[in-house]
Amino acid sequence: MINSRLQKDPLEKSTKRIASGLHLPHWLNTFNVGLVMVVVLLGLALLAPLLSPFDPNLQNIQDRLLAPDAQHWFGTDRFGRDLFSRVLYGARPTLILVSLVVILTVPIGLIVGICAGYFGGWTERVLMRMTDIVMSLPSLVIALALVSILGPGLMNGALALAFTSWPSFARQARTETLSIRRSDYLSAAKMQGVTGWRLIVGHILPLVLPSAIVRAALNLGGIILAAAGLGFLGMGIQPPTAEWGSMVSSGSRVIFDQWWVAAVPGFAILFASLAFNLLGDGLRDKMDPRHDK
Amino acid sequence: MSVLELKDVSISHVQGLEKNTVVHDVNVSIKAGECFGLVGPSGCGKSTLLWVLAGLNPHWSGGIRLLDQPLTPGKVFSGELRRRVQMVFQDPYASLHPKHRLRRALSEPLKLLGYQDIDDRLSEGFKLVGLSENMIDRYPHQLSGGQRQRVAIIRALLLEPKLLLLDEPTSALDMSVQAEILNLLNELKAKRDLTMIMVSHDPEVVDYMCDHAVTMKAGRIDKETFYD
Amino acid sequence: MTNNSSLIQVENLHISLEDSTELVKGIDFAMGRERVALVGESGSGKSLTARSLMGLLPASLHVQANRFELLGEAVLAYSQRQWLQLRGKQVSMVLQDPKYALNPSQNIGRQVEEPLVLHQSLAKKTRVEKVEHMLDAVGLPNPAKLRKLYPHQLSGGMGQRVMLAIALINDPQFLIADEPTSALDHAVRDQVLELIASLVEERNMGLLLISHDLQQVADYCERVLVMYQGQLIDQLPASQLSNATHPYTQTLWSCRPNIDKRGQTLPVLDRGALATLTEGAAK
Repeated sequence: MINSRLQKDPLEKSTKRIASGLHLPHWLNTFNVGLVMVVVLLGLALLAPLLSPFDPNLQNIQDRLLAPDAQHWFGTDRFGRDLFSRVLYGARPTLILVSLVVILTVPIGLIVGICAGYFGGWTERVLMRMTDIVMSLPSLVIALALVSILGPGLMNGALALAFTSWPSFARQARTETLSIRRSDYLSAAKMQGVTGWRLIVGHILPLVLPSAIVRAALNLGGIILAAAGLGFLGMGIQPPTAEWGSMVSSGSRVIFDQWWVAAVPGFAILFASLAFNLLGDGLRDKMDPRHDK
Repeated sequence: MSVLELKDVSISHVQGLEKNTVVHDVNVSIKAGECFGLVGPSGCGKSTLLWVLAGLNPHWSGGIRLLDQPLTPGKVFSGELRRRVQMVFQDPYASLHPKHRLRRALSEPLKLLGYQDIDDRLSEGFKLVGLSENMIDRYPHQLSGGQRQRVAIIRALLLEPKLLLLDEPTSALDMSVQAEILNLLNELKAKRDLTMIMVSHDPEVVDYMCDHAVTMKAGRIDKETFYD
Repeated sequence: MTNNSSLIQVENLHISLEDSTELVKGIDFAMGRERVALVGESGSGKSLTARSLMGLLPASLHVQANRFELLGEAVLAYSQRQWLQLRGKQVSMVLQDPKYALNPSQNIGRQVEEPLVLHQSLAKKTRVEKVEHMLDAVGLPNPAKLRKLYPHQLSGGMGQRVMLAIALINDPQFLIADEPTSALDHAVRDQVLELIASLVEERNMGLLLISHDLQQVADYCERVLVMYQGQLIDQLPASQLSNATHPYTQTLWSCRPNIDKRGQTLPVLDRGALATLTEGAAK
């Protein structure tokens, strides 16, 4: 202890010094920046019909591949559609898909993980081997295979991504359940006659949920990228609906002459992914005591 | 009349293929209204024995008769027996659920038993252990160690147990708070006609509290004492 | 005081949180090469006071004092580097629970040796000799074999002896023991306290022993300081404890249960009366 103190203390001090040296205002932290970016993203998606100057699917061959100007802020694509409007509308399928994935994966992962950790024995072995198998699959490849079986589309894309992203939630939930399974307060609850699902939902879940939410927020960035990947490969939402991945894909054909066609939706993907990563990071700092300063 | 009778009770931990017996052939009989002490150094098996009596560890062999009911190894307590045996744990910082307010922690088991007058019972409990009732909407981390241990005692007593198990109830507390809790337990024992089993590594606490005690050493009873 | 060369001189020590809640409210004390017990309940500020003497308070706490001297040096303004020079060499500390205080991934020999490596330049062979000698001095059997063991292979009492070996290997002038026995079995507590007291005596060091069990530490100390809610409310020689006049000290002294008190109510603190008493003292 003496030794570890010796090493730890100066570190604490020095991080403090750096932080105060930059004079960052108190409110300017990862969480708030991430939150603002996510709110902006949600707002743009919701208000797309009000904000977009053109119909996103209106083709105008005369105006095709125009560079950004006062009328078309982000230029037009090869069918003459306004890119600004399409990027705004494109936020919608991305966000819907991402929320579907979260709604599917978090509960599945939590149920599998808590059950494995709480019941132990064969339940645990079977559930965790299943988790290991799914975890060892290359996610995007499997998602592509699933989509090609189920057919492309928003719902199927979400299903395919959810199928490969629940195991990390299960593993984390299992580890946390294991660490509290033998705790005195759970023993006390059992002695008081609290058992079964009441114990799992009322007593274990509240302790496992915060870190699952943090992990979900951190995962969202990756899911956005994967969703865009599906779109890029033509396995997501089908044209002519605006979707960032397929927009990048169609822009990539003209990338050397009209760079903005691919760059604009690409930047949108970057923005969305970064927003959720920052939010997740900030949430972790706020909720997880292990990452406390 | 005995509340608890143990005949040749042995307790083992099974780890993989190895069976490790930690408590050997314990024979003891505890009368109603007694405070029974289990003393010994850490690792002597006293806590293991207590957890079997609490119904939290079913891996034992031999014969146990608890509240006039023979127990079967490998079976968990249920029904009447479950509520009549309650425990106060060693570490008051770890025995209350960190995300439940006191009201919820204390009322949940009563709801499960179908009581209607839960609020009255809670306020009676708070009075009994000398805590102010306006603490009821606090979280455990907002209480001091002694206050938490009092809440743990309310929790155990709300189910009207016949047998109260105390797993080193004061070893995590200050000496001055220990005195308060021991006084409280003595008072409750007189008021409530409780039988208590107290595990402790402090012989002086057992000398002070108990009517009957055994000293354990390496999983066996080393010495049995009756105080007059 | 038995020794004139003062090891610690503290005047008007305040320790407060960032929101200026005071945890230690202006205490004065001084000690030389003697054994002093610092006693109080949890939250009384006794551990904070001790940690401030080791420069180990988290940066979020503010320390203020009119005088804050350790071994004659004003250490309040010390940098981390200066503290590193002092800690483990001139002053050292034994903590509550050896289970958490020892590094589980290093063997005992290496952990006992580390202060030597940090503060002295000795040949490997001399270091090993010193380590084995030290382990022997804290009453551990077969030091040569023990050096190779890992913390989980030791009992709590042995672990605390190892902690003591680490703390004393550089022959510091001053030792702080923060509840060194509260994680141990009752039977082992007296042995460890006895060992600490005798080693400190032998080496002519100062000892600040922190505890909440007044009766237990009284036998091993010459003087007792009593803290309550951030204030130093009483100090007296250990031999005078049975005639203590302060009600708080009286209660701490007599609240330990034993066989003679069977059937009697244990004395407890009248916290209401105590609050008025300490407020009066603060004014």
